[in-house]
Amino acid sequence: MSNPLADMEKPDVIFCIGTNMTECHPVAATRLKRALARGAKMIVADPRQIGLSDLADIYLPIRVGSDVALLLAMAHVIERDNLTDPDFMAARTVGGEQFLQHVRQFPPEWAERITGVPAKDIEAAALLYGNAERGAIYYTLGVTEHICGVENVQSICNLALMTGNVGREGTGINPMRGQNNVQGAGDSGALPNNYPGFQPVTDPQFQNKFRQLWGTTVDIEKGMTKVTALGRAGDQIRAMLIDGENTLITDADRHHCEQALKSLDHLVVIDIFLTDTAQLADVVFPATAWGETDGACTNTERRVQRLRAAVPPSGEAKPDWWIVCELAKRLGFDGFDFDSPNQIFNELCDVSATYHGLDWDRIEHGAYQWPVPEKGHPGTPRLHEKEFPNGRGVFKIIEYRDPAETVSAEFPLWLTTGRRLQSYHSRTQTGRSRGIDFLLPEEVLEVHPEDLERWGLRDGGWCRVTSPRGSVEIKVKATRRSPRGTVFASFSFSNVPVNVLTGSGYDPITETAEVKVSVVRIEPCDSSSITV
Amino acid sequence: MIMSNPDRKLQKMVIDGVEIDYTPGETIYQIADRSGKHIPTLCNDPRLEPFGGCRLCVVEVDGSSNPVASCTTKATPGMVVRTNTDCLEEYRRVLLELLVSENREIDVDTLRGYASQEFAELVDRYDARSGRFVGVRSGRSRTDDDNPFILRDYDLCISCYRCVRVCAEREGDYAISVMNRGFRTQITTEFEGLLADSACTFCGQCIQTCPTGALADRKAISAAELQGAVEKTRTVCPYCGVGCSVDILTKGDTIVGVHPAMDGPANLGALCVKGQFAFDFVQHQDRLSAPLVRGEDGELHETDWDTALDRAAAGFSDVVANHGRHSVYAVASGRAPNEAAYILQKFMRAGWGTNHIDNCSRA
Ligand code: SF4
Ligand code: SF4
Ligand code: FES
Repeated sequence: MSNPLADMEKPDVIFCIGTNMTECHPVAATRLKRALARGAKMIVADPRQIGLSDLADIYLPIRVGSDVALLLAMAHVIERDNLTDPDFMAARTVGGEQFLQHVRQFPPEWAERITGVPAKDIEAAALLYGNAERGAIYYTLGVTEHICGVENVQSICNLALMTGNVGREGTGINPMRGQNNVQGAGDSGALPNNYPGFQPVTDPQFQNKFRQLWGTTVDIEKGMTKVTALGRAGDQIRAMLIDGENTLITDADRHHCEQALKSLDHLVVIDIFLTDTAQLADVVFPATAWGETDGACTNTERRVQRLRAAVPPSGEAKPDWWIVCELAKRLGFDGFDFDSPNQIFNELCDVSATYHGLDWDRIEHGAYQWPVPEKGHPGTPRLHEKEFPNGRGVFKIIEYRDPAETVSAEFPLWLTTGRRLQSYHSRTQTGRSRGIDFLLPEEVLEVHPEDLERWGLRDGGWCRVTSPRGSVEIKVKATRRSPRGTVFASFSFSNVPVNVLTGSGYDPITETAEVKVSVVRIEPCDSSSITV
Repeated sequence: MIMSNPDRKLQKMVIDGVEIDYTPGETIYQIADRSGKHIPTLCNDPRLEPFGGCRLCVVEVDGSSNPVASCTTKATPGMVVRTNTDCLEEYRRVLLELLVSENREIDVDTLRGYASQEFAELVDRYDARSGRFVGVRSGRSRTDDDNPFILRDYDLCISCYRCVRVCAEREGDYAISVMNRGFRTQITTEFEGLLADSACTFCGQCIQTCPTGALADRKAISAAELQGAVEKTRTVCPYCGVGCSVDILTKGDTIVGVHPAMDGPANLGALCVKGQFAFDFVQHQDRLSAPLVRGEDGELHETDWDTALDRAAAGFSDVVANHGRHSVYAVASGRAPNEAAYILQKFMRAGWGTNHIDNCSRA
């Protein structure tokens, strides 16, 4: 997030796109509710009528995968009605002229045909955001998990840049990070293109820095993304070390993923449970869990906080870092003689630009948000107040493209996937916590009530959902939350492996799978063969 | 535009004979509290709008014939306030005695909730267990609500409305409200139903603000019989990226519950159903407790660390010997701490000399 969580209480206009915040980030959503109670207005764009849309002043039920069209048309209206911030654009951005020229082609009437949202609603949303003194945009995986995920994000940035809604209180471009430490994993260098602190591996300056720090040769090419690596498993990639991820259930296209892992010569998994993924491994290491592990983690607003152990480990479980250090020592690698997480965290701070002013003691109270470039620096709750990382904000010329798959006679329905409040990812944790089943006993396919008859379904009955990649059987739930022609399920239950269906395409830059859009057909089926 | 606001200038008032500076807009209670006065409160939660319901926080103000509620009354320049005269203390004691008479029990297990001891502590401080009054019980427990998280033991309710207010003001859920008045006052959902059939999201905020334990954490109190004192360990919730601060509650080596950290920078005391209640996966019987290696029979078998580490290391060495350093790949966890991710990327980069590492953010 460019802005701190505290800023979520301060916008006049909130624009949420592709984020089911009341279910996925409920505590952040309470801050938006307080802004609304104070009089802020809210625009919500989402294919499904989610909890947030009930609170919205303007709800835009866009067809799955049509975000770019909506955002281009909003930019069109803002340009047409002179609601841009010319001073901000002149002082802080480049490429604005071409961008304003570009969006003149895309009136709301054009976007209505693609998004299915009435032009007048797109117009109203654009005017509301364009006139805001403090406009803030929030998004999550509903924006990024598309073949055009990067273009969606760039379109959001264009909107914020043209209106100057960046670098001030209650504004910003705010992606909400999904997992507790997905921000920290990237910060710490678990990315194919960056050393810790987002220092590019292709930049000779940083190659030299790490060559000297580690006293080894370094790879000067970017690594593969996980998606590519799984695609080349058994061929170029022969061994994998997977830490704490149930790849089989959470990744798109389960069949493909399972084949990939099975084709490896050597698979090592570190986890707290024997997950579906761990069951395929040659060696499984038991890791200490939350509540058993000391460490640092970094939240969605870039706040670095301490995790503390409260109980001893399960059996002989060990911290992830200890396991990898022991492996490294056995392989004769230097630089893995650590006794405690604070030594490792302090080394991370030393080599990182973003954490450079931090150390284990300084993060005791979670008071710092990175970047913290040097000791004594107060941290940076709000990014881009004076300038952007590369000087100026760059407008990108984006065109709308269709999703990887579009509905057809064979696959006439859109399927979109997501998460639910009561469960988390593959339920290895929430599924093992008492009481959660009471709230969410099983997975269901959400179907608009008026679509039931058309497909011969019954509310509470079972159906088979088939995409070009596979089928699953799942219980039907009639609800107006899903629009006609679009069905929804979460991927949390392993007895309903919804990710058998997904994986139609990948963003060419980030290689994020388009799990938000697949095409499917549904037919009623007998449930007698299914055990729940 | 920020201009210096003349109204924000510090003003002076007197509390118990001592002159104190305050910022206009502060209540008498806030000023007294930060100057170390312990005015008793029951319906007050610093995160909520002042309510003025319980009257326990009353103080005497010069020029005012009746005592005023300090939690709702803003200070004015030159105000002279007394917080602990005999008369006030007696009034508070009678109030507490009356409340005691309306409740089934006063001393509740601390595992009921974060604020569950507030009432009992005040009753002790004011020695208010006289039994002088025989009250009608106010509030009826909802023994029919079998949800697994929230015990609705309204026999202990004192109608402070903190639960209703936290649900509305902090959560924005408006799942519960107040029905009737006087002894018949009852906290209820719409249509007097079960929480599961209401707008309730089971965030647990009402539990944590209840000063009597009338609302209680069912999962935590199931450990009430366990031996040992309750210890707290400050950490961060293991679920989403908001990074809510929590205190893990333990008895001995057992995790028995979670409290939201009221001063958590990301959450300011808020939590959701997962952070509040989904903690017991940690000590679940399915946890892995020893390394596993695949045997000749194709199955995974428990083994010791040395065997497993040797086997894992040898597997990587063989692959690299045959296919080169770019044939190994690592996936870091988005759930494990920063140290895990840092060490894993160092293992790949400094150890093997490849940038083949990613994390689960694409999943
Ligand atoms: S658990 Fe949360 S949503 Fe439910 S009644 Fe209590 S405060 Fe309201
Ligand atoms: S249930 Fe607890 S918080 Fe709610 S009104 Fe009664 S005493 Fe107050
Ligand atoms: S605390 Fe002031 S009236 Fe209850």
